[in-house]
Amino acid sequence: MKKLAIKTSVVLLAALLALTGCSSGSNPSDKSSEKSASEKILVVGRGGDTVTLDPAQSTEDESNRVTEEVVETLVTYKKGTSDLSPLLAKSWEVSPDKLSVTFKLEENVKFHDGTPFNADAVVFNFERWWDPNHPYHQGTFSIFKTDMGGFKGDDSTVIEGIEKVDDHTVRVKLKHPFAPFVAMLTEPQYGIVSPESLKKSNGQFKDQLIGTGAFQFVSWTPNDKVVLKKNPEYRVPGFPKVDQLIFQVIKDNSARLNALKSGQIDLMEGVNPSDVSSLEKLPNLKTYTSASNNVGYLSFNTKQKPFDDPRVRQAISMTIDKQALIDAFYYGQAEPAVTILPSGSWGFNKELKTYPVDIEKAKQLLAEAGYPNGFQTELWAMPVARPYMPQPEKIATALQASMKQIGVDAKIVSFEWATYLDKVQSGEAPMALLGWSSATWDPTTMMYTHHRSTDSVPTNNISMYKNPEVDKLLDDALQEPDQEKRAEMYKKAQEIIYQDAPINPLVHSTPVRAASARVANYVPQVTYGPQFTDVDLTN
Amino acid sequence: MGCKPVIRYTARRIFQLIPVLFGVSIIVFAIINLIPGDPAQVILGERADAESIQKLRHELGLDLPLYQQYGNYLLNILQGDLGTSLVTGKAISEELLPHLAATAELTLFAMIFAVIVGVNVGIVSAWKRNTWIDYIPMLLALVGVSMPIFWLGLMEQWLFGLQLEWLPVLGRNDPRVTVETITHFYLIDTLLAGNYEQFWSSVRHLILPAMALGTIPMAYIARMTRSSMLEVLKHDYVRTARAKGLHEFFVVYKHGLKNAFAPVMTIIGLEVGRLLGGAVLTETIFGWPGVGQYIYNAIGYRDYAVIQSGILVLAVIFIVVNLIVDLLYSYLDPRIQYK
Repeated sequence: MKKLAIKTSVVLLAALLALTGCSSGSNPSDKSSEKSASEKILVVGRGGDTVTLDPAQSTEDESNRVTEEVVETLVTYKKGTSDLSPLLAKSWEVSPDKLSVTFKLEENVKFHDGTPFNADAVVFNFERWWDPNHPYHQGTFSIFKTDMGGFKGDDSTVIEGIEKVDDHTVRVKLKHPFAPFVAMLTEPQYGIVSPESLKKSNGQFKDQLIGTGAFQFVSWTPNDKVVLKKNPEYRVPGFPKVDQLIFQVIKDNSARLNALKSGQIDLMEGVNPSDVSSLEKLPNLKTYTSASNNVGYLSFNTKQKPFDDPRVRQAISMTIDKQALIDAFYYGQAEPAVTILPSGSWGFNKELKTYPVDIEKAKQLLAEAGYPNGFQTELWAMPVARPYMPQPEKIATALQASMKQIGVDAKIVSFEWATYLDKVQSGEAPMALLGWSSATWDPTTMMYTHHRSTDSVPTNNISMYKNPEVDKLLDDALQEPDQEKRAEMYKKAQEIIYQDAPINPLVHSTPVRAASARVANYVPQVTYGPQFTDVDLTN
Repeated sequence: MGCKPVIRYTARRIFQLIPVLFGVSIIVFAIINLIPGDPAQVILGERADAESIQKLRHELGLDLPLYQQYGNYLLNILQGDLGTSLVTGKAISEELLPHLAATAELTLFAMIFAVIVGVNVGIVSAWKRNTWIDYIPMLLALVGVSMPIFWLGLMEQWLFGLQLEWLPVLGRNDPRVTVETITHFYLIDTLLAGNYEQFWSSVRHLILPAMALGTIPMAYIARMTRSSMLEVLKHDYVRTARAKGLHEFFVVYKHGLKNAFAPVMTIIGLEVGRLLGGAVLTETIFGWPGVGQYIYNAIGYRDYAVIQSGILVLAVIFIVVNLIVDLLYSYLDPRIQYK
């Protein structure tokens, strides 16, 4: 016993010394970061971890954010805009019959493993995505399937084939004109990986990712960080500017902000809207607001009574004060939504105005629909915060109060996230809050996904909306190559949907990021594409 | 106390593990299959179509009848194979290890903090009972037990990280540094590498989360120590010790604490077991890649394989920790014997 007591006291004393030693320590910053001052290391704090390193299998943003820095697509968006810009393809041309797109590829580009990037590599990647019999078509490739309608051999696929024209030219043939094709290729799922690396790893991406991007993959420690390093042979001389790019997981927004303030990270995503005004006063930090390409909405289940009557849906829409929601829950960091498309979209119908708050009119509509005294129902609130819906339960409570004014008595219901999605997408919710961040600026990604009728569940058309006229417009717009004509079709469709009101688009939020003042040249990307190629760290 | 009964006792306890773990595996399997939500749907995300989901379900073996799924799982476990994650496709044993090490390291520090502070506060309170030296710490202990841990964590970050700038607020080490891992215990790995700077940095990174995580156990320990000491200090042998003219310090710490420690030990054991199960909130606030995060994420993704195997491993750890505590009783109090 004595020995144990002595041993314990020694251990405890040592620990105590360690504790006190630290608290009286006078070096505020980590020595290790001083040591690495010669190396520029940019640490980006984010709310979730990477799920997969395979760009083509990724279905969520945390994985995309890493792969798009390592693996390049043929086409991208100019940072912060909706303008298409070349990346691995120098240029592209749509044939006069709109049935093929020819890409001229960058020359003298090498993958990180030293193998050449050329037409063969593009064809290899494309066939991996498209052909279920390709030896490395391992997985579901669900984004490809959704975007392109299906795989080789499916009637529904828009792809006829892909061919190498010469070493630096490839041609994709389409079964029918498919207007959003090039815009879709900006998504990280269409990143070109090294065919040789895939063959070596037998199609696995467990600890490797070989692309042509400005950064090379180094390591991934799950739930902790992903480390990338500068590609010294990047084809644009002088880029990237930093030596290492690290994605650090810190789930909690407030804790992430503390880490930014303390200098442990340099840049963060997901600033709480409520923190923005206090952040702007800090001299050593900068905030960045990007244009919005998302929507947060209230969906009505058009197959359930009483929401099968458009007058009921309109009536509820007329009780919602969107600006008040924005002031209260988004701290001004959002624009009121009129249709599902944000005002920056080229398909947005500027003629439409959001439903004005009009309680009398709403009551009248409800009475006409046969509910003069209102009714009882449920309002489902997402259990997780998203940029387009930062405080779902509070927003639900506000909406509940708005509806109450016309006698609609909604009980707020919530489930754990996977359960919630499952039930909502199967059409179980009478009214539900949800939203969408668009992968491209093409209106089809918002409009078709949410408003094209479908018989299959689960579906993203959670209002179960079905209008043959809208279906036809959305289908036709997919095939029409002329952007202006397409815009007209989408505008017409928005008019009809506006009247039918299957959903009430609440807001398009403008996500806020913050960075140390040392971070230079940072322009947040609204959709997808490499963001950190030209970002620098100054002293 | 001979050696043999202890061995027999330990063997019996380990043998008892089998039905317990079998029960745990059935309960976990039942629960995750009863709750709605489909791993394939979650993995593929909001944009996936029904056919892709079906295909993935098939690949993951989720379209098999439940008894067959459970049978396969059990068969693998019996062969010592924890399975592969449905989401990442990696071996669970491989993924679990670094997370467990992170949690163990944090638990160790949290418990060192909790035991040192808790035991001493408890003793002093009992010693000076019904004075302000007793009331104030006991009031603080009550606050400690009731404190929301995420709030405490954020306040610590604000005070020690941002205002005083004494300590880092995030992670196991500086994000800009990559620690070469052998054992996945950063304190050991940095020492093995002879990198004392990184060792020191790892210690500094441990302090705030350990304090946040250790506060509640500390409060429990303090209260338990106090009541146990109050009981012990009434005994005759304490009076005898005093009568012998022993310094009060030795009376309390030597004669008192030794005899008062058994119930405190129970609390320590239970708390160690609980903390090793991962502390999701503390890990979230401090960006700590521990086992709580690992399993919590798995639940979000409905990664059945990880949830099942992870919880099974935690159950084993919990039971083993409690076994160790039980064995320590007899060390503390030779009157306790195992049969």
